[in-house]
Amino acid sequence: MSACLEVRDLARAFGGVRAVDGASFSVLPGEVRGLIGPNGAGKTTVINLVSGLLAPSGGAILVEGREVQGLAPHRVASSGVARTFQNIRLFLDLTALDNVLVGQHRLRHPSLPSRLLGLPASRAEERQARERAAALLERVGLAERVHERARNLSYGEQRRVEIARALASEPRLLLLDEPTAGMNPVEVQAVAALIRQVAADGRSVLLVEHNVRLVMGVCDAITVLNFGKLIAEGRPAEVARDPAVVTAYLGTAK
Amino acid sequence: MMEGLADLYATYQSTLAYIGLNGLLALSIYTSLSCGQLALGNAGFAAIGAYAAALLTMNAGAPFPLALAAAAVVPALVAIPLGLPVLRLKGIFLAIATIGFGEVVRIGLVNWDYVNGAQGLVAIPQKASVGLIWIVLAAATLLLWRLRGSKWGFALEAIRQDEPAARTMGIDTASYKLAMLMLGAALAGLAGGLEAHFTFMVAPNGFGFSRVVDMLVFAVVGGIASVWGPLFGASFLTVLPEAMRDLAPLLGIEPGPLRMLVNGLILLAVILFLPQGLVSLGARWRERRAARARRAA
Repeated sequence: MSACLEVRDLARAFGGVRAVDGASFSVLPGEVRGLIGPNGAGKTTVINLVSGLLAPSGGAILVEGREVQGLAPHRVASSGVARTFQNIRLFLDLTALDNVLVGQHRLRHPSLPSRLLGLPASRAEERQARERAAALLERVGLAERVHERARNLSYGEQRRVEIARALASEPRLLLLDEPTAGMNPVEVQAVAALIRQVAADGRSVLLVEHNVRLVMGVCDAITVLNFGKLIAEGRPAEVARDPAVVTAYLGTAK
Repeated sequence: MMEGLADLYATYQSTLAYIGLNGLLALSIYTSLSCGQLALGNAGFAAIGAYAAALLTMNAGAPFPLALAAAAVVPALVAIPLGLPVLRLKGIFLAIATIGFGEVVRIGLVNWDYVNGAQGLVAIPQKASVGLIWIVLAAATLLLWRLRGSKWGFALEAIRQDEPAARTMGIDTASYKLAMLMLGAALAGLAGGLEAHFTFMVAPNGFGFSRVVDMLVFAVVGGIASVWGPLFGASFLTVLPEAMRDLAPLLGIEPGPLRMLVNGLILLAVILFLPQGLVSLGARWRERRAARARRAA
């Protein structure tokens, strides 16, 4: 089975700091891959590199076999990659529904003259887009909050709108950067179930997360980074026992 | 009755025309602001449109509709080589670069003998009526109003609120910003072409820095949350000096300085107390009334 995402010898330096230093791993279709590591390990940098917000200083990123490293973010998105942000980046003045509509951008192909004249074809296209967006919000448990402005939503609700917005582009690969940060345990459970559903649809997920129980429970495989380098990889139970991982998180006894 | 209306029209024809022209100029600034870009080259674009149209009707004998089309198309084309490099800049740097462009256009015209330098072009045929100006304004308003709520309208709003996030949604932000700069250039150019054929003359100093500040003030005072704000701001600030014309002698001030003083005070008051612009007063008033209705119920 060919990988949905393949990262080869990926490197990115900020000044003298090698945030990502020759990391290689891949995510299979329909796989939930955890990306963990201590603070400053380079996890968010990897997400920024894969989504195109940063250009790598070395290495390759392949999405479904095509090289995307160094491409503009909107081109990476066109090859089927969507993401959420660690520090939620919703369009705060738009409603939850309209945020999800923005997420549909690359799938919608309305005709400009038809829209300017308000023709039935454009109204039908918009109605369908709204229905799809509303269905996604229902799926993340926000059916009641569809028309609320994003800025008026709670933290957990905002995170879920962001996931719905990312799913709106029907990505092959979903990058989640700490999707449960600041959520209560009930909300975390709901997100875990949602991640499994997304994978069951055949989409791949790369999950950066600090909540160990979530990572262990939801991931098929885990990649561990420390100081930008890959230090362990494998099934959750194996990784949890790996001495290198324990050392990275807890330090060594001298 | 009809005679009275005709008199009234004759008296205020120029004011009516300038409500339309200033409305177009305010919308031309709004196009870039709607995707978060403070691009201030529109006095330059208006000058290019005015000169392109006037040269075509005067020197080439072109029909007026063709000249008007050129007034829109030529500045929009000029916006491409300008926009490709400068739209990489953000905020105040973009503003400064585009102001620089406007000054380059003005100084270029001052030093171009073929168009009479600083004296400008005179005896341009009067082809633009108040009605035509308002039709062009209505078409521009309809275009911008219908964009809101569409796929493209949401893309522009997304770029304004969070550009990197918009890019990860698959939005080609550079193309959107360039398209809006070109559209703004076309609207400014149309206003310039119409103005030239309404007042029969154009001169470079009519398109200086203060002109683009006027446009920005129209948009900001009216409010840039919707297409109506810039239109309201332009109308309000065009009519106000007319209303104050009789007031100035009573205060012992010349009308010109009084207008600048009042415009400045209004801008200050709006920025301090109504950052969403004058049109947001309406929304506030509706909210208060709704709140009162809820309390009463």
